[in-house]
Amino acid sequence: MTFVAKPKVHHPRLPLNELGLTRRDYEGSVSTLCAGCGHDSVSAAIVQACAELSLPPHRFSKISGIGCSSKTPSYFLNRSHGFNSVHGRMPSVATGANMANQDLYCIGVSGDGDSASIGLGQFAHIVRRRINMLYIVDNNGTYGLTKGQFSATNDKGSTSKKGKPNLYESIDLVGLALQLGASFVARSFSGDKKQLVPLIKAGLMHKGFAFIDVISPCVAFNNHQGSTKSYDYVRGHIESVTMADFIAPQQEITADYEPGSTEDVAMPDGSRMRLRKLDDSYDPRDRFAALAHVLERQAAGEVVTGLLYVDPDSTDCHEIMNTIQKPLNTLVENDLCPGNGALDRINASYR
Amino acid sequence: MKPTNILDPNYFHKVVDCQWACPAHTPVPEYIRLIAQERYTEAYMLNWDSNVFPGILGRTCDRPCEPACRRVRTEEKPVAICRLKRAAADLKGDITPYLPRVPTQKNGKRIAIVGAGPASLAVARDLLPQGYDVHMFERDPYGGGMMRSQIPAFRLPESVLDDEVNLILDMGVNRHFGQEITSMKALIDQDFDAYFIGTGAPKGRDLDLPGRSEVDAHVSIGINWLSSVAFGHTSSISGKVIVMGGGNTAMDCCRTARRLGAESVSVVVRSAFEVMKASEWEKEDAMAEGIPIINNRPPKEFVHENGKLKGILFECVRPVRGADGRLSYEPSGEPDVFMECDHVLMAIGQDNYCPWIERDIGIEFDRWDCPKLDEVTLQSTHPKVFFGGDAAFGPENIIWASAHAHRAAISIHLFCQGMDLKADRPPEGVNLISTKMGIHEWSYDSAHDAAKRTPVPHVEKERALSGIKVEVELGFDAALAAKEAQRCLNCDVQTVFSERLCIECDACVDICPMDCISFTENAEETSLRTRLSAPALNLSQDLYVSADLPTGRVMVKDEDVCVHCGLCAERCPTNAWDMQRSILHIPQLGSYAE
Repeated sequence: MTFVAKPKVHHPRLPLNELGLTRRDYEGSVSTLCAGCGHDSVSAAIVQACAELSLPPHRFSKISGIGCSSKTPSYFLNRSHGFNSVHGRMPSVATGANMANQDLYCIGVSGDGDSASIGLGQFAHIVRRRINMLYIVDNNGTYGLTKGQFSATNDKGSTSKKGKPNLYESIDLVGLALQLGASFVARSFSGDKKQLVPLIKAGLMHKGFAFIDVISPCVAFNNHQGSTKSYDYVRGHIESVTMADFIAPQQEITADYEPGSTEDVAMPDGSRMRLRKLDDSYDPRDRFAALAHVLERQAAGEVVTGLLYVDPDSTDCHEIMNTIQKPLNTLVENDLCPGNGALDRINASYR
Repeated sequence: MKPTNILDPNYFHKVVDCQWACPAHTPVPEYIRLIAQERYTEAYMLNWDSNVFPGILGRTCDRPCEPACRRVRTEEKPVAICRLKRAAADLKGDITPYLPRVPTQKNGKRIAIVGAGPASLAVARDLLPQGYDVHMFERDPYGGGMMRSQIPAFRLPESVLDDEVNLILDMGVNRHFGQEITSMKALIDQDFDAYFIGTGAPKGRDLDLPGRSEVDAHVSIGINWLSSVAFGHTSSISGKVIVMGGGNTAMDCCRTARRLGAESVSVVVRSAFEVMKASEWEKEDAMAEGIPIINNRPPKEFVHENGKLKGILFECVRPVRGADGRLSYEPSGEPDVFMECDHVLMAIGQDNYCPWIERDIGIEFDRWDCPKLDEVTLQSTHPKVFFGGDAAFGPENIIWASAHAHRAAISIHLFCQGMDLKADRPPEGVNLISTKMGIHEWSYDSAHDAAKRTPVPHVEKERALSGIKVEVELGFDAALAAKEAQRCLNCDVQTVFSERLCIECDACVDICPMDCISFTENAEETSLRTRLSAPALNLSQDLYVSADLPTGRVMVKDEDVCVHCGLCAERCPTNAWDMQRSILHIPQLGSYAE
């Protein structure tokens, strides 16, 4: 919660991207979240990813529901289109936006309350429908906006600020996404931008539904001893399985990796995603193994992060529905009204 | 890198670039804040305490603080520090309640001060409140030294000079003015407890060129000529005038000649424009008055007809930048240039000159004829004799005289009290005070002001040139001063980091508008500098490195372009960052304001 706006002044040697813009051109208005909120780090990671990809900052639709997380689209990409929708209904609005205009990059930001409680049904269906978007959940395991009740993603046995344990099983959104057919599933931590930024880049460029569950600690209500979503707990129990590095089409690869430890995944636009395995036995192409691994480690109290599953041959809703490959607002009368001859042919097909 | 020791007074002092660059280490941001609060008298006194002549320096200082100002690095132009100092002087109220009390009961020690220029006056000011009996000897009938004799009144009005000089003289200086000291030995025989020599650099350099001795009647040494103008002995100059030299004295000479009726005035400099010693604004002001500055012309010969000066013959050269980055000059191939003139003003430098100090009384001089001094204590090889100002290490600026004076006064005091000049010297120190007032409240104006530097109003050119006493710069009024004061970045309000409170949430990294803060693995400085949010390429600016954090990383802050906006502290959930005002303690005999 700050009232002092971030000044326009910036580092004199701030680099320009291919569009001639600096990272600062991708920011939004100043955050009104609590100081130290993980969500602000997620917003900063989105800013950094979009700037580094040189994506036009006005060609986005950013959609959210209700909650602390859902306020954050105001804090990045302030030149783009935004829709702060009804609680739990971000998926419906995102679906509509993406169906109407597939030329816009679609980012949905939701929280554990918005996606795992009131909007769980919506979440399940947008995954099924393969909407071409990046769906980020800022997951802090608590209802921060209403002062710290356990949310549906809060782990059983994790305690409240006053020491009371959570008695219910938690909902694991990564598990659900894997089950329901998401073609890109990742988990990350707001305190680790080295991992998060490349994941956001890969998710933005992925064709189909990309889901990132970001553990994003709530400093006000869920950052104490006994919490399993605190900065300290996550740092102490993180287990990274793969790193995903996004490589632009003409980009040279300068980093050295150990042979055999990397694998390239081609992206639809000619770019590649380079997977670095941190755990040799882990295969991010195997949906069932991914699900088993995540559930197993979770039971052991570990937080598995990284790119957990990717389907390189993914498809999206437009492809499934065979829609016209243009934004609807660019369709002119000729496109929409094919004429009497066409109508006669259609009518004839029913006779 | 090892964790930064922020309790070393030099660490945060260096962050306050202006104060670090100022020889007298005037607390610039603090007095600018006082101006912003319309507390001009306090702002003036803070200056007076540190640099002794705020009104004079606010008009004449060489301003080493301004090129050092952080705004040069973050945006473009520095805060107009010097003009704000003048605004404090112009707008101040009654300062008498703030002045140090001079005891009527003296402490029994008699001090002789030779010269009544800035260094001497400042030593007197420091010593008088301690009860010393101060005797000042001066050749001229008035105090002020080069501030009176060499700085023309259109830059420094007599009333401003008189106010600040008399303030000190009236603190109880025993004046022996209008009588030249011709023998140091005789003075030492009078058995004072200590001596301070502040006689400046009174000897202007001359050029030994063919024809020089024949045209003696048409050539003046710049500082002597300015002095004779200042004391009313010269009130006009006629014909075509050439000023030789590229320093501030040359600028004062040409502008004075322009006002005294010269038919034409040109400045001819042997070196290139960009390496001239004159301050940028002095050059600009001279050119704005229509005076041409002609560069790369070393003089060859004074041309005359039977002792009547006709002009000067100049060689043409061009500057060549060597591999070491320094300029050297080679003949440009153009034919020599003859410039007609009737009068030449020589402003090619000046030297200290002490023929009146006998060389057999224990005061040793080096091969440049400067006294051999201890650089810290300013004590000469004669234990009772101290030097300061231009007399010490050669020509510098007034602000250096104030800086020397504070050091010499401490030395004289320690010497007279029988203490060791080095071991008993008071140390420098630093105090850190939190500026946090509430959740979003800081006791300084933390918001960054993107305003451009405020230009200072000038008197109209015609009026400026109409007389020698019309001050050219009008200075900031209260409104302009308030506007310019907002540009100060408050570099003395420091970002202080406590590693034991940090939870490594990255909030500070995300909010910092200047990308100053990084959390990374520790390494050697050269490697660390390349691995930050923004590479730290300015090696003159330090890195602030924390001790190890729980994740094994360290916090590294590049001090280079931090705008002290306080957002890291605003965004920090645990107060691991705090904005704390650093107050530097530069030892001085009796510091009157804090």
